[in-house]
Amino acid sequence: MARNRKAPPPGMVEKRGAGYWLTHLGLIMGVLFIFFPIWLAFVASTVSQPEIVHPPMPLWPGDQLWENYSKALVSGINAPVATMLLNSLVMAMGIAVGKIIISLLSAFAIVYFRFPFRKVIFWLIFVTLMLPVEVRIVPTYEVVANFGMLNSYSGLIFPLIASATATFLFRQFFMTVPDELAEAARVDGARPMRFFWDIILPMSRTNIAALFVILFIYGWNQYLWPLLITTDPSMNTIVMGIKQMFPSGDDIADWPVIMATSILAMIPPVFVVVGMQRLFMRGLVDSEK
Amino acid sequence: MEKRVTFKGIWLPLLLVLPQMVITAVFFFYPAGQAIWQSLFIPDPFGLSMQWVGLGNFEYLLSDPYYRASFATTALFTSLVAVVSMGVALYLAVLADRLIKGSGVYRTLLIWPYAVAPAVAGVLWMFMFNTRVGVVSWYLGLLGYDWNHVLNEGEAMGLVVIASAWGRISYNFLFFLAGLQSIPKSVIEAAAIDGARFWTRFRTIVFPLLSPTTFFLLVVNIVYAFFETFGVIHTITSGGPQQATTILVYKVYADGFVGQDLGSSAAQSVILLVIVMLLTVVQFKFVERRVHY
Repeated sequence: MARNRKAPPPGMVEKRGAGYWLTHLGLIMGVLFIFFPIWLAFVASTVSQPEIVHPPMPLWPGDQLWENYSKALVSGINAPVATMLLNSLVMAMGIAVGKIIISLLSAFAIVYFRFPFRKVIFWLIFVTLMLPVEVRIVPTYEVVANFGMLNSYSGLIFPLIASATATFLFRQFFMTVPDELAEAARVDGARPMRFFWDIILPMSRTNIAALFVILFIYGWNQYLWPLLITTDPSMNTIVMGIKQMFPSGDDIADWPVIMATSILAMIPPVFVVVGMQRLFMRGLVDSEK
Repeated sequence: MEKRVTFKGIWLPLLLVLPQMVITAVFFFYPAGQAIWQSLFIPDPFGLSMQWVGLGNFEYLLSDPYYRASFATTALFTSLVAVVSMGVALYLAVLADRLIKGSGVYRTLLIWPYAVAPAVAGVLWMFMFNTRVGVVSWYLGLLGYDWNHVLNEGEAMGLVVIASAWGRISYNFLFFLAGLQSIPKSVIEAAAIDGARFWTRFRTIVFPLLSPTTFFLLVVNIVYAFFETFGVIHTITSGGPQQATTILVYKVYADGFVGQDLGSSAAQSVILLVIVMLLTVVQFKFVERRVHY
């Protein structure tokens, strides 16, 4: 996507002077629009409850940061936020790692072997591309309940790795691996799994990393599924736990703690996106093909 | 597409696909089959047995004013989310594309809301517009506007649309910027030499050349608004007021888990399934064929 071109004559297409500053102004307005809700949440997480419930709340951070965050992390409202962070981490890692492993194995089998029902299996996997978990929640919930997997990590993870996106990605990539490599491995008498470990896996490193970034964010940000199957507050993930912190009825919500929790819920995925920006963008483009 | 060089063996490849097949069968095919099966029954009032009603659930749904209203709500919500998030993203991408230096900095500043969960975005916007403590609603009150999305249906819809579109701008921005940067600059410079102003160039050259990206994003954003905005709606409005923000996915949840009407909920799942399939076909048929290249 890089522009491989010489610079055009100045001022003809790119803007100079007033237009140049207007361009920056427009972009800065956009950035402020994107930032404003997060800034407010951050400010709210650093002030005390009375400052919020007597509007308007301040627009500049206060001195209660430590109090609010430690209160959220240690005691929370229904469960300590530290516990919810751990649950989210286990769920996101489980989904990302689990999906990558099963997809690598099945894509390898489908590309490098001829075996009975190969076409059928390929199409069975292909169909799952289409159906998000939101569409089949009631029966999936029943399956998980029958297995006794409510309020468990396996109940959080397994239904969300039953999808084919990663398998397709790896299949596409394996098809581009030169045939000579497999041929050489066969001539050398290497067995298939040795070829997989020594050649395919190292070659797939970048794809795996890019996919990991996308799947981690996908898993971390799940809402409906954890809402259904974690009735025990100590199993709540942080993204779904925030809503549970609001009192029912007319009581006033503990806004500083809730906003501190919201900020904590954003930090890991935002860190992943910004810190691994190139892998992230590659993963985005790959997974939408 | 097939590999020329393959390995021998039957049991090893079957063993390799086994984990995915088991998980897919248990957590995908069985539940999806169950949804289709259950959609043909209604439970008796005591929940002891199921009564076969054939397509009765579907007939009932399609004549149910609440379900039809939910369809209309979904259509409105989806188009608004797509138009707002794509419009803002295209505007920002066009601006960033005009810069020789610095578009990378803006990209970094604009992409990260992608990582914010829809449910968290919902909580942030609900906080800003909260009728008691919200900053924006307070300042609107100073201007004489009495904001109350808990009671006002239009304001509720507006708020869930903005909260849903907000997190999506970064994704659309990335793809629009990549699309803009892949347009050969020589074409645009030629038009500029011929005296075409910015707006003319955009309308007659840039936007048509961008159409594959736009169409792809349109499909992706429709899928997003349909299925991934549950968190926004559940945190901000819970489908209210008076079902004004009950989109189809929210109704499956509300009828199946809150209302315990399993037959109807299953029938709704099947209808959603058909919609997803149609969207997928559209995506494969038209998007893959990259309209202009």
